[in-house]
Amino acid sequence: MKILVCISNVPDTTSKINFTDGDTKFDTNGVQFVINPNDEFGLTRAMWFKEKQGATVHIATVGDASVEPTMRKALAIGADEGIRINAVPTDGFFVAEQLANVINDGGYDLVIAGRESIDYNGGMVPGILASLLGYNFINTCIGLEVEGDTATATREIDGGKEKVEAALPAVIGGQKGLVEESDLKIPNMRGIMMARKKALNVVEPVDATKATVDSKFEKPAPKGAVKLTDSVDELVSLLHNEAKVI
Amino acid sequence: MSILVYTESENGKYKKSAFEVASYAKTVADQMGTTATAISFNASEGESLGNYGVSKVLNIAGDQFNTFNAEAYAKTIAQAVEKEGATTVIVSSSANAKYLAPLLAAKLKAGYAPNVVEAPSCTAPLTVKRTAFSNKGFAHTEITTDKKIIGVSNNAYGINEIGGSASVEEFSAQIEDGDFAVKSLEVDKVAGKVSIADADIVVSGGRGLKGPENWGMIEELAEVLGAATACSKPVSDMGWRPHGEHVGQTGKPVASNLYIAIGISGAIQHLAGVSASKTKVVINNDAEAPFFKAADYGIVGDAFEVVPQLVEKLKEFKAQNA
Ligand SMILES: Cc1cc2nc3c(=O)[nH]c(=O)nc-3n(C[C@H](O)[C@H](O)[C@H](O)COP(=O)(O)OP(=O)(O)OC[C@H]3O[C@@H](n4cnc5c(N)ncnc54)[C@H](O)[C@@H]3O)c2cc1C
Ligand SMILES: Cc1cc2nc3c(=O)[nH]c(=O)nc-3n(C[C@H](O)[C@H](O)[C@H](O)COP(=O)(O)OP(=O)(O)OC[C@H]3O[C@@H](n4cnc5c(N)ncnc54)[C@H](O)[C@@H]3O)c2cc1C
Repeated sequence: MKILVCISNVPDTTSKINFTDGDTKFDTNGVQFVINPNDEFGLTRAMWFKEKQGATVHIATVGDASVEPTMRKALAIGADEGIRINAVPTDGFFVAEQLANVINDGGYDLVIAGRESIDYNGGMVPGILASLLGYNFINTCIGLEVEGDTATATREIDGGKEKVEAALPAVIGGQKGLVEESDLKIPNMRGIMMARKKALNVVEPVDATKATVDSKFEKPAPKGAVKLTDSVDELVSLLHNEAKVI
Repeated sequence: MSILVYTESENGKYKKSAFEVASYAKTVADQMGTTATAISFNASEGESLGNYGVSKVLNIAGDQFNTFNAEAYAKTIAQAVEKEGATTVIVSSSANAKYLAPLLAAKLKAGYAPNVVEAPSCTAPLTVKRTAFSNKGFAHTEITTDKKIIGVSNNAYGINEIGGSASVEEFSAQIEDGDFAVKSLEVDKVAGKVSIADADIVVSGGRGLKGPENWGMIEELAEVLGAATACSKPVSDMGWRPHGEHVGQTGKPVASNLYIAIGISGAIQHLAGVSASKTKVVINNDAEAPFFKAADYGIVGDAFEVVPQLVEKLKEFKAQNA
């Protein structure tokens, strides 16, 4: 089985978010970049398929050279080879078309992406990608098994879970639950050393659709001070009369 | 040219989010000088969408649509877009809508802006305000393709009742067996329990509750309020509560009218996922807990004393206001 894990390079979850250039750009100053958490769950599941079912695992990121440390980390966790598509991604449609291009050439059985990238929260790359490729698409996956050419997955749905089955090739939108939190790996020294020698191939982008433009950003308005009370009577009255939520 | 809005139903009845996206679609239709058409699957009260400004409802009937299937639904909606000559499609932020919207985007070659919180600020180019960076910022997004998809955040726009009735037409799409290639084997939903996505009120517990055995009072509080229950990440990691209840940046997003956080410190990743809620109440015995800075109302106190008192008070309140 040949697996491709799509990795989005995102600000660490503790990052303070600021904008620059007249609020037209995300300010990367002092921001630590990491593997998108949803992709880390997918990568870790891919490592399980590598160990237990002899899968080959490649990773792909659409980004300029600045994403390479994040990709090296994924290689240190155990992916075999990386593909960097050398373009600054600004839109989910564009990213999906770039990924589709390398996947068409690569003969992958399974493409694991994340439900959502925690930076722009598009939640669209995996679905668009699956459609472009004509692959089956399973979103919000919290469990994944592969036997022969069939994937069986558990999905999170509003208010519960669903078990589904689909033939490979397929694209997965993964999230927390795909592996146990305790299975997440911090790369060790050996992994880091080995990752330096692994292939990280750079391919040039193809012409692709830019369907959206984020022309301006803004931060949420500062929050007013909290109203503290020590009586539940007063709280209930505030919620009823002032906030009007009960 | 019209605006097509996907109005979701469950067991034939429209979900609350259907009325919100219908209201949103009516606003966009007015801005563009056109009408709003809704599309629903196996819904029984199409006429009622008129109350929210929808002129016409295309209803798809058929047992094969009883269980949601993203590909089959997206393909059907794409055909409705063609039939209606629609330029803009409006969907909600439910898990199902977020599953099908990208498939629809690819079929229509449409730009898709999710998590939109306001009516478009401009119609040419179509520009919408959406949350980004897990609620730590907003982006103003221009959709530059001919066809466009807007995903409306839950509870952000609100519901406008304007009175009226919609005409209902049966719509049948060209669907093949292959469109159901992702086969649903089993759906496991707790009957009668409101989901975090659909809830007006969410009651959430953190590590401050000490152990799973103490969730009785949380469930009781949720019950009096008709609320969904949720939890912080460590609580689900330790197996005190199911993964499906984990909310925050790496869990489910919450955009309820009221979010009550009990024994939750307010870590940045937790806040990122719940801050879209309108009113936030924090109950925590540490006055320095960061969550108080992000809250509207707070009680500094021991949850084991405060929560049972709050349950009693709310029962009284409900009895008086019933
Ligand atoms: C300098 C810079 C500026 C940017 N500006 C913008 C901007 O203004 N607006 C904007 O929307 N995006 C911007 N991005 C790109 C953003 O980081 C995403 O890669 C891309 O837009 C998709 O985001 P999404 O939220 O739609 O992804 P989602 O659809 O939420 O991502 C879901 C999954 O798709 C995969 N995926 C997503 N992105 C990539 C990728 N680049 N490479 C490989 N796999 C991926 C991952 O598996 C991810 O979990 C910018 C990036 C850079 C470096
Ligand atoms: C990559 C990443 C992603 C993450 N994503 C998420 C996420 O999506 N969601 C999430 O929740 N977390 C997330 N976290 C974890 C987050 O950083 C915090 O560790 C977590 O939110 C803390 O949970 P808590 O508030 O329940 O526990 P704690 O931080 O331990 O807080 C417990 C609180 O309970 C209070 N307390 C104690 N006893 C009582 C009492 N008797 N009565 C009242 N109050 C009491 C304490 O004062 C304290 O404030 C993430 C972390 C990382 C690194």
